[in-house]
Amino acid sequence: MSTILFLEQALNSLQFGLMLFLLAAGLTLVFGIMDMINLAHGSLYMIGAYLMAELVTQTGSFWVALPLALVATALVGAALEVSLLRTLYERDHLTQVLATFAIILIANEAVRMIWGPQSIMLNAPAGLTGPVQLPGGMQYASYRLAIIGVGVLVALVLYFLVTKTRVGMLVRAGASNREMAVAMGVNIRRLFTAVFALGAALCALAGAMLGPILAVQVGMGENILILAFVVIVIGGIGSIRGAFVGSLLVGLVDTMGRALLPIAFAKMFPPQVASNLGPALSSIMIYVLMAAVLFLRPQGLFPARG
Amino acid sequence: MRMIWAAAAAAFAVNAQAANELKIGYLSTLSGPAGAIGVEVRDGFNLAIKMAGNKLGGLPTEVIFADDTLNPEMGKQLAERLLKRDRVNLMTGVIFSNVMLAAWPTIQEGKVFYIAPNSTPTRITGEGCNPYFVSASWPNEGHHEAAGHYAKSKGYKSMYLIAPNYPAGKDATTGFKRGFGGAISAEVYTKLNQLDYSAELAQIRAAKPAALYAFLPGGMGINFIKQFVAGGLSAEVPLVVPGFAADQDIIRAVGEPMLGIFDTSHWAVDLDNDANRKFVAAFEKEYKRIPSLFAEQGYTTALLIDAAVRSAKGRIEDVPAFHKALMAAPGRMKSPRGDFKMAHNGTPVQDYYLRVVAKDSQGRLVNKKIGTVVSGLGDFWAKDCKMK
Repeated sequence: MSTILFLEQALNSLQFGLMLFLLAAGLTLVFGIMDMINLAHGSLYMIGAYLMAELVTQTGSFWVALPLALVATALVGAALEVSLLRTLYERDHLTQVLATFAIILIANEAVRMIWGPQSIMLNAPAGLTGPVQLPGGMQYASYRLAIIGVGVLVALVLYFLVTKTRVGMLVRAGASNREMAVAMGVNIRRLFTAVFALGAALCALAGAMLGPILAVQVGMGENILILAFVVIVIGGIGSIRGAFVGSLLVGLVDTMGRALLPIAFAKMFPPQVASNLGPALSSIMIYVLMAAVLFLRPQGLFPARG
Repeated sequence: MRMIWAAAAAAFAVNAQAANELKIGYLSTLSGPAGAIGVEVRDGFNLAIKMAGNKLGGLPTEVIFADDTLNPEMGKQLAERLLKRDRVNLMTGVIFSNVMLAAWPTIQEGKVFYIAPNSTPTRITGEGCNPYFVSASWPNEGHHEAAGHYAKSKGYKSMYLIAPNYPAGKDATTGFKRGFGGAISAEVYTKLNQLDYSAELAQIRAAKPAALYAFLPGGMGINFIKQFVAGGLSAEVPLVVPGFAADQDIIRAVGEPMLGIFDTSHWAVDLDNDANRKFVAAFEKEYKRIPSLFAEQGYTTALLIDAAVRSAKGRIEDVPAFHKALMAAPGRMKSPRGDFKMAHNGTPVQDYYLRVVAKDSQGRLVNKKIGTVVSGLGDFWAKDCKMK
């Protein structure tokens, strides 16, 4: 396998992993601090993508629409938290799963009613539609490089926010031991709403950035939500560092598996079998990885608690 | 009293001879990324019915729509509902071959004729041929075989193939290989409805093929072409596609990057015949957009049903008579694609053209016909069909 192929696949896995990180970060914080399993996280991703597509049509500019979409989705997330999800914190996980699953169904139908069943197109901004020449004579889609850039930037900002600011300290305290944090006088309600809104904004960013590559369609959140859960289990609930490492790992295994396994199998099996087997096995490998981590370190790689 | 029952029974028996209305079960994919194709076919179909005054073959026509969402299991269940609960007397509409193959046994049991506006799997037209299945579109391998002929005429040393991993995808590579007859450097099958082609495109770049043939209909094609162009591959690798991957639904979504792509199709928007001009003008007026080949297929399906029902005088339950009427229908109608014949296995035998994506006189992006790739191409698998 040539270096160029390897390099391109490495960039692809970085791109995918960073987008997964945006979703996993919000999810792990909500699970870690509020102890709530939020299946509707994928719906926020979908809503973010749809709002972005709509705003791009209204404003005509990708870069103008992006911050607007983030704010709008954060507001949707905050509204959801204040109205519905707040009642779920005290309940057990199964109730939370059922309730947030209902939110998924409602969100899907609402989106279908507003925008119709067809998937809508979201195009990359002008200027990022072509390739960029990389050292080594390789061309890579400039938009994917932009995604990597945005992902790294957000990771750095989140790192700064969580480790160096007071708000971040409250978040870490809440994730580490919620009862103690409440006992120490942290205004837990406001913190929860803020964390949820931040998670929603991150989802929207992922949805808006991935929209031009994938289609913006009803139910787009479900698949990526499952991967996000795998990431936070691997990385450790409540830990942003864990979410980062976990998402890069999952992105690597998924992309490399999808790319390399068919090549390996093509030497042994006919093309239709190899093409089926490769992606199937690579998705199994993600869960094998998760099982291995759970076996060796049940709290995940970087647990926030204890 | 008994006389009344006998009279009623006799009345029923007489009524069973000729239908007095058409109830068409329309099972199609109308949502999701691939739904755009279903919507195109449906719009062409509805246009023909509207232009005929809501009657086909002189009979008042009711169309009942069902959305299979590209789920074979759902398609099967919906077919059953259309046949048993809604009691349709004709069926049509299926876009995707995996849904078609799943629903076909149910449709066969229902003993109604199915007129295919799109998917025409070789499994149903070859050895498994059946009088109840008649296609108004093309045999699944048709466009691909024509594309293979075109690639051969361009003298490409070898071809790299990419198609989704489902029955029509396999029909595509089989048909293309037969038309091309040359060396195949790689055959890659992607997941149906896969959206991110970064891995496959990286492999294509590394393989440096002489040319690439990609069958990726609907939303898959949109994403593939966008990513193909964004990754800079459009400058490195010549791309040949079948008409489905380069028509209006994709042009609307991708835009200018598609200029210069060559594709093969059984129809082009600028075909020089009266029926086509009428169809294109009516479609643009009704739907405010340029029709794609899918719309033409839906339109021709309705015309076919109309001609057949008219010549069979409404006797659609009379299987041999209606089948004969369907076989003869192409000669009794004027389709936008021009003249075509029906082979004995129920598939069209027609010409395939070479088109290129270019701007028309109004500056809009369309597929212009630039030549004929192969004339009178039929279904290769018709030879396996033992029907008379």
